[in-house]
Amino acid sequence: MMNKQGRSTHGAADEHAHFETISGDRGLDHEEPLIFEIGRLGKCGVDLPEPEIKHDRLGGLRRRGTVGLPGLSEPEVVRHFVRLSRMNYAIDAGLYPLGSCTMKHNPRLNEKMARLPGFADIHPLQPVSTVQGALALIEQLAHWLKLLTNMPAVAMSPKAGAHGEQCGLKAIKAAHKAHGQKRNVILVPESAHGTNPATAALVGFTVEEVPANERGRVDLAALKAKLGPNVAAVMLTNPNTCGLFENDMREIADAVHKAGAYFYCDGANFNAIVGRVRPGDLGIDAMHINLHKTFSTPHGGGGPGAGPVVLSEALAPFAPLPLIVHYDNGFKLIEDDAEAKARDLKPFGRMCAFHGQMGMFVRAMAYMLSHGADGLAQVAGDAVLNANYVLASLKDVMSAPFGQGPCMHEALFDDAFLKDTGVTTLDIAKALIDEGYHPMTMYFPLVVHGAMLIEPTETESKRALDDFIAVMRGLAEKAQGNDKSRFQGAPFLAPRRRLDETAAARKPVLRWTPSAKSTAQAAE
Amino acid sequence: MRYLPLTETDRRTMLGVVGAKSVDDLFRDVPREAYLTTLVDLPMHAGEIEVERELAKLANRNVAAGSVPFFVGAGAYRHHVPASVDHLIQRSEFLTSYTPYQPEIAQGTLQYLFEFQTQVAMLTGMEVANASMYDGSTAATEAVLMAARVTGKKRIVLSGNLHPHYAETIRTTAETAGLEIVTGKAAAGMGETADHLLDDNTACLVVQNPDFFGSLRDLTPLSDAAHTKGALLVAVVTEIVSLGSVTPPGEMGADIVAAEGQSIGNALNFGGPYVGLFATRSKFVRQMPGRLVGETVDAEGRRGYVLTLSTREQHIRRDKATSNICTNSGLCCLAFTIHLALLGEDGFHKLAGLNHERAVMTADRLAKIHGVEVLTPSFFNEFTVKLSKPAAEVVEKLTKENVLGGVPVSRLMPHDKSMGNLLIVAATELTTPSDIEAFATALTKVLA
Amino acid sequence: MMIETRYTKDHEWVRLDGGIATIGITDYAAEQLGDVVFVELPKVGKAIEKGGEAAVVESVKAASEVYAPIAGEVVEVNSAIEGEPANVNAEPMGAGWFIKLKVKNAAEVGALMTEAQYRDYLKGL
Repeated sequence: MMNKQGRSTHGAADEHAHFETISGDRGLDHEEPLIFEIGRLGKCGVDLPEPEIKHDRLGGLRRRGTVGLPGLSEPEVVRHFVRLSRMNYAIDAGLYPLGSCTMKHNPRLNEKMARLPGFADIHPLQPVSTVQGALALIEQLAHWLKLLTNMPAVAMSPKAGAHGEQCGLKAIKAAHKAHGQKRNVILVPESAHGTNPATAALVGFTVEEVPANERGRVDLAALKAKLGPNVAAVMLTNPNTCGLFENDMREIADAVHKAGAYFYCDGANFNAIVGRVRPGDLGIDAMHINLHKTFSTPHGGGGPGAGPVVLSEALAPFAPLPLIVHYDNGFKLIEDDAEAKARDLKPFGRMCAFHGQMGMFVRAMAYMLSHGADGLAQVAGDAVLNANYVLASLKDVMSAPFGQGPCMHEALFDDAFLKDTGVTTLDIAKALIDEGYHPMTMYFPLVVHGAMLIEPTETESKRALDDFIAVMRGLAEKAQGNDKSRFQGAPFLAPRRRLDETAAARKPVLRWTPSAKSTAQAAE
Repeated sequence: MRYLPLTETDRRTMLGVVGAKSVDDLFRDVPREAYLTTLVDLPMHAGEIEVERELAKLANRNVAAGSVPFFVGAGAYRHHVPASVDHLIQRSEFLTSYTPYQPEIAQGTLQYLFEFQTQVAMLTGMEVANASMYDGSTAATEAVLMAARVTGKKRIVLSGNLHPHYAETIRTTAETAGLEIVTGKAAAGMGETADHLLDDNTACLVVQNPDFFGSLRDLTPLSDAAHTKGALLVAVVTEIVSLGSVTPPGEMGADIVAAEGQSIGNALNFGGPYVGLFATRSKFVRQMPGRLVGETVDAEGRRGYVLTLSTREQHIRRDKATSNICTNSGLCCLAFTIHLALLGEDGFHKLAGLNHERAVMTADRLAKIHGVEVLTPSFFNEFTVKLSKPAAEVVEKLTKENVLGGVPVSRLMPHDKSMGNLLIVAATELTTPSDIEAFATALTKVLA
Repeated sequence: MMIETRYTKDHEWVRLDGGIATIGITDYAAEQLGDVVFVELPKVGKAIEKGGEAAVVESVKAASEVYAPIAGEVVEVNSAIEGEPANVNAEPMGAGWFIKLKVKNAAEVGALMTEAQYRDYLKGL
């Protein structure tokens, strides 16, 4: 029997699949120790001249003793990290359907541009006369973000999505304070990403949850009932975490404003509507944009991100420092409160040292220039089409709780189709690993049972989607056909089997510590 | 469009499967009045050649640090990054992977984060470190919030010699979180003056070492003073290379260390992305913000790594989380890990020694100039000089002489008129004797 | 006299003995939580209101507050489960107890569910 790649699914290879190798490595799969276990004193991967200091000026604070760092030559370091890299899944290597995370292709042109010395090798506190091109780029990106969202202002400095939420809520807090209002409640739908309530609490608000309706949207009546003189803002993700467009946006915005509150939109899913819907037309007051999602700056195994926040007329004066203003024939940075106040601005403070994630701004700009107005609209169109294609192709064998209408950029399934099979959402996810895929987002959003959230993004071809759909259908059929062996204990074919997270949490080992053995080795 | 694989034929076929008339039809939940029927007012798509040309134009309008004698520091430092660092972080498996939520296929990321945590704990002289924060200033802010959680107190004392951007960042977040901030008076080249502000209600004292003006000091008396009042000592380090020469905060009684790690492995990038380092004592580990990687075993008993103690985090604890942080600085901390692995014990001490050597050379040379007084008696790679003219004007004039000659204190502390003539000067291993001579010559001319 | 165990809808159990109530989580709760990895207990001497937060119990993927079913002052905590949280899974109704409270109002215990009532309650879930 052959599978579609033409590889034998049975046969000679199987007989040898489980023999022990002498090395412990298996073909291209290498085990790799920690750098601390392979380093030796006296080796170094960087050649530097010997410092000549007769009398140091460290004020008696010279470090005594060693740091404990291992010594490695350059080839050893390179091999170590190359071997580590090969234990990772990556979007470059395959479809990465992680819902709400937007794992799309990361163009290398972005990387090349961000490394131009005129961007990478400039200091945030150089005289502004020497960084006019950098300020012009930030201003151009800001302008384009305002055009794409139809919002009058944008705060560029937040360093990630959650940091942007914090920025938006602080602007809201400052605006209420300026109007003598003491509102302390933020309404958040129960389907919200965890950062929303966490941010609201951090900014000193209390959080009240709003339930979802049977269509996977915010329950408008319940929301209206909760609006009152204590509500500072409503925080809503749109398209929401079920992958659906909140079609009552305008009505929600009106109700929120009528109650004297502000409307915060979590823009994590802006990639679904970019170039086709402008959040400013929906009545929102603030929205962060994850440049690492919509505008393809790489996720890099968890960062760095960037989370500029667009602001409405009402919130614009409260935008944090620094601010870029036009000045003579160029740009000027306002880094000081007093200078801002002289221009009738009331910045609520500062989100971070310096001016934000310049490296990410360049990458996002390169991406936006590449796509242009036409390309960006196509990005949203293809992202939504791909997600709907997956939804339509799987909903007969899986269960889609809101599958009656179109979804936006991601397709949500629940675990109803696994009822009485003994197979769980987790099992499906881990079995996908054996099939060569990164799993979808699982158990989020919390509003459906055993959620599986699939976001293909616009950078997947139809062929790639068809392959993935075939695998998902196959797994669904195997689960329903009581083929539990395929699932229990999966993955079998990854660099590691399931890891013992309970042991890790009960007795946390969070760093390497020198054992007697490695001390002896180091002294060799 | 080169990034979009679907053809028009594909789209038609797929719409057929979906049962929609058009792509627009899929957006039918959008209120009609908010659905654009025309394109936004941006240029049309462009090829690589045009994009490169456009961005190079902007890049060329900036003066790159490497193109002139360069002495700018004050929280970001220009160091050499070995070629292999940037090559390795651009490997697909690092660059284009997500947060390691599926540990079976993310051991590469998890293991380097475990190595990173170990390196950071070693450098700072602390017991545990997390898997990075956005940058030093936000790490310092998180440290303050954590100190308030640990002590149950709400009063925060900031050293006057803390980087002003850090102080403002802390103030902005801490005040909306309901904490009270008290700040000491800044004093260039002088000892800390904030310890007298400590009282029994104080959660922590935040001190930077080397401080904003470059001065080094022993933190031990400050940690003793803080601990006597039941407060924690939060030590901030903006130049992490200093820890190759200087006693680490952990050996001077610090309870939390918040640091900027940009100096190792990362370019200046006009202020970001950088990498925040966060380290503390084991007993506080469950109060830490941010991701943590822990060691464990898999079902076959092989060693492996997982994200752990996640119940502290926003995706589980929601409004009761220790922090709202989700993204960390993945690639930047990978660059840090690789660069520090290349340096190793010997290289790291040597690098720090070279930085100190070049700064001493620079200070000694500038001290010979009429109208220049070096205010910082003990320092690592950065010091403050008092000029006979306002520093901001001097820096502008130096720029015309093709020298980027440091940061005028007035840029960050514009209200303290006594600081007007102070200039913060940094040197690193990249500073050459001829750079120093060019700086001295230009400064002599400007001050004459 | 046999000491009776009472139960709450939040799946806690209470045993009152001479004015001191021992409180823990039920077998059902322990199973629902999965492997307990961490328990955070209050300080001895702390006064807790009825319905106030008495402890936090964590598994790998969840953290749950344990609310005091009755008011009282904490007189003892089970520090053994802080060091070995696995005890909560092994013996939730015994060695895995959480805290002992000096009760303010014994009638509050009487108002809780009996074992039979709790069993019926579980059947309805």
